[in-house]
Amino acid sequence: MDVSQFTRHDWTRALVITRREVRDGFRDWRILVPILVLTVFFPALMNFTASRAVAFVTEYGAPVIGDRLIPFLLMIVGFFPISVSLVIALESFVGEKERHSIEPLLSSPLSNLQLYVGKTLASTVPPLLAAYLGIGVYLAGLYLNLRWTPPLELLIQIIALTTVQATVMVSGAVIISTQVTSVRAANLMASFIIIPMALLVQGESLVMFWARYDVLWVIIFGLAMINAVLVRMGVRLFNREELLGKELDEINVRALARVWWQEFVGEAGRSPARWYRVEVARSLYKIRWPIAIMSLLVVAGYFIGYRYAAIFQLPPALFDLESISVDLKDRLEQFGLFSASGAGRVFFQNLRAVLIAAGLGLFSFGVLSAVILMLPTGLAGYFAGQVALAGYNPWLFLAAFILPHGLVEIPAAILVGAATMHLGASLISPPPGKTVIDGWLIALADWTKIFVGLILPMLAVAALLEVFVTPNVVVAVLGR
Amino acid sequence: MIEARDLAKYFDDFHAVESVSLNVSAGQVLALLGPNGAGKTTTVRMLTSLLKPTRGTATVAGYDVERDPEGVRANIGVLTEHHGLYLRSSGQEYLEFFGELYGLDLKICRTRIKELLDRFGMADAARRRTGEYSKGMRQKLALIRSMLHDPPVLLLDEPTSAMDPQSAKLVRDAIADLRQDNRAIILCTHNLAEAETLADAIAIIRHGRIIASGTPDMLKDQLLGPAIMELRLAAPVNGLGESLADVVTVVEQGDDWVRYQTPSPETANPAILNRLGRGNAPVLTLAEVPRSLEAVYLRAVEEDEGVSQ
Repeated sequence: MDVSQFTRHDWTRALVITRREVRDGFRDWRILVPILVLTVFFPALMNFTASRAVAFVTEYGAPVIGDRLIPFLLMIVGFFPISVSLVIALESFVGEKERHSIEPLLSSPLSNLQLYVGKTLASTVPPLLAAYLGIGVYLAGLYLNLRWTPPLELLIQIIALTTVQATVMVSGAVIISTQVTSVRAANLMASFIIIPMALLVQGESLVMFWARYDVLWVIIFGLAMINAVLVRMGVRLFNREELLGKELDEINVRALARVWWQEFVGEAGRSPARWYRVEVARSLYKIRWPIAIMSLLVVAGYFIGYRYAAIFQLPPALFDLESISVDLKDRLEQFGLFSASGAGRVFFQNLRAVLIAAGLGLFSFGVLSAVILMLPTGLAGYFAGQVALAGYNPWLFLAAFILPHGLVEIPAAILVGAATMHLGASLISPPPGKTVIDGWLIALADWTKIFVGLILPMLAVAALLEVFVTPNVVVAVLGR
Repeated sequence: MIEARDLAKYFDDFHAVESVSLNVSAGQVLALLGPNGAGKTTTVRMLTSLLKPTRGTATVAGYDVERDPEGVRANIGVLTEHHGLYLRSSGQEYLEFFGELYGLDLKICRTRIKELLDRFGMADAARRRTGEYSKGMRQKLALIRSMLHDPPVLLLDEPTSAMDPQSAKLVRDAIADLRQDNRAIILCTHNLAEAETLADAIAIIRHGRIIASGTPDMLKDQLLGPAIMELRLAAPVNGLGESLADVVTVVEQGDDWVRYQTPSPETANPAILNRLGRGNAPVLTLAEVPRSLEAVYLRAVEEDEGVSQ
């Protein structure tokens, strides 16, 4: 069940939790005072700052700075109160766990989702209302002092941005809370939310001073997507088994390794042939949809690169295919091609690339991995586009320069991207009956099977083809 | 009312509970005894549908713990090891909050809260924040919470811990009343005297396994052997023990007293009194030596340790 299937009865129960937590929160001066300060005092201060800054820059003939500063401060006034949502969320989720008040709550007939929604609303709504109020105070002051009113689109953008930022922080805090047993540990792990948010706010500041307000929609959309992923993951993680099955913040490496190993070896025993036939095939079947998605992305990468060739055109002389002479082989030999060491270098270069892609994919649910693995076909598309602009047949270029080793290398890249995507997706949607950690370990075993069983051999073959075959094909097809 | 078959719970490679079977009928109190970390809390959490059993099945109040967890939780009252109160709420607010969670009508809920607060002598503290309560008051409030929705099954973890003797008696009386009202109750406790007073059945759990179970008398006979009788005379008698050795097994003796064991006290005791009467040895008292649950518990653990080694 997800939030979209929530009935009125579910909302009623969830709101019982929300009401109690909000009431209790407002009895805590540590939460109340910052919210009041950030809602009333801080917007008034920003208002004063904006008025003085505008007067100052106007005096020196640079009113544009004031024009940029006012919207920037509007964004900041909205952001500061919602930063409290992270603290409230950590208190609400892991604080209850630490104070042992969560067990009576979990023993009640509420479903996991009702609890999740109730607590999330309690952590999000008060800081958001404070942020909206702060924005209101700031705008009211600006209107009274400078007769300034924001463009409607900008106001909607700031409200939407504030809202998605608050929900991202809270849904991130829920995930952290399910993985730790103390507020202290949660606060330490909250860096995983605070640092990206701080970087994001810096980026948003640049956007605001640059006055590229249209970029805010992209950020809002991106944050909404991240939020959807985090909420899905949080709903999966916030369950009684995960919350109570962990008494200490410790990792049982041996047990984790056993889960991974059992899945890696599977039913193959000591037979490598059976391992390939049964286990690698099973893992390949599991990632069939990511393979399809990755294939589409790789093709899309080619066409995007091709399109950019016209935008960022290089001098056609660089792509004079008629200048390729039969003695090219001799020159390439000097660069280490046609040698085992050259093949080794290409292999390790490609291996490093796929490992970096997979590593980045680990922290982005596979998204960065897909983006990085789209780059080679993007570049191929870009160069094919340049070749076409230089007046040659791009398919001939592709057939000679890319196809021989690309036939193996591109599927290897697709497999890496797909397996990493599968690994990322396992965090959001673990297999039925499995914990998130077990689900992730099983996906990691799938990743390892595909990597060891297919990708490594494919990269080795691709390196050999790239060093020994592709140059020959280039010379045979285009050499004069 | 509570039926568990072969329940097991593993956390990675740690086996917290291994093959626990329990049966508690309506109107029965089962005391679950065992050292810390024995698996009591995990067992209770499985029966509360908080943790999914790795193996085995259980039904509570007719609901399957795996298939209908919300049905289970709606029909049980749980007193957890830690009271888990919200210290910024008043007692009244706290109970009303849980009443709402259990779907009680507010009017009925308030009436029930008043009844229970009166019963446990907490009426005056209802409007005070629970953070100002003593440990015993907090424990009583948590107990009231578990009884608020009038559940047919109660799982109580250390219900009298941190209570003064008077409050503890109040709680014990309340548990006895609940039993009379046909509730099934599981009582996890380290207080063996309390378990002996309240429990109809005992289960001793160690290393996740039930090592002994049955009624208190059954366990005493099973683990400590036949009852020990103590006979005291008005004056010393030479060779008292030896003179009774053909009828009973003498376990300890002094000049004017003897302790013996017999599988059939109903025939042995009159025979001994007859013999002493004939020999002009005036009897002061003859009574069964009390066998505590503590002795049963220690023997069970000792035997299990022997088996483990």
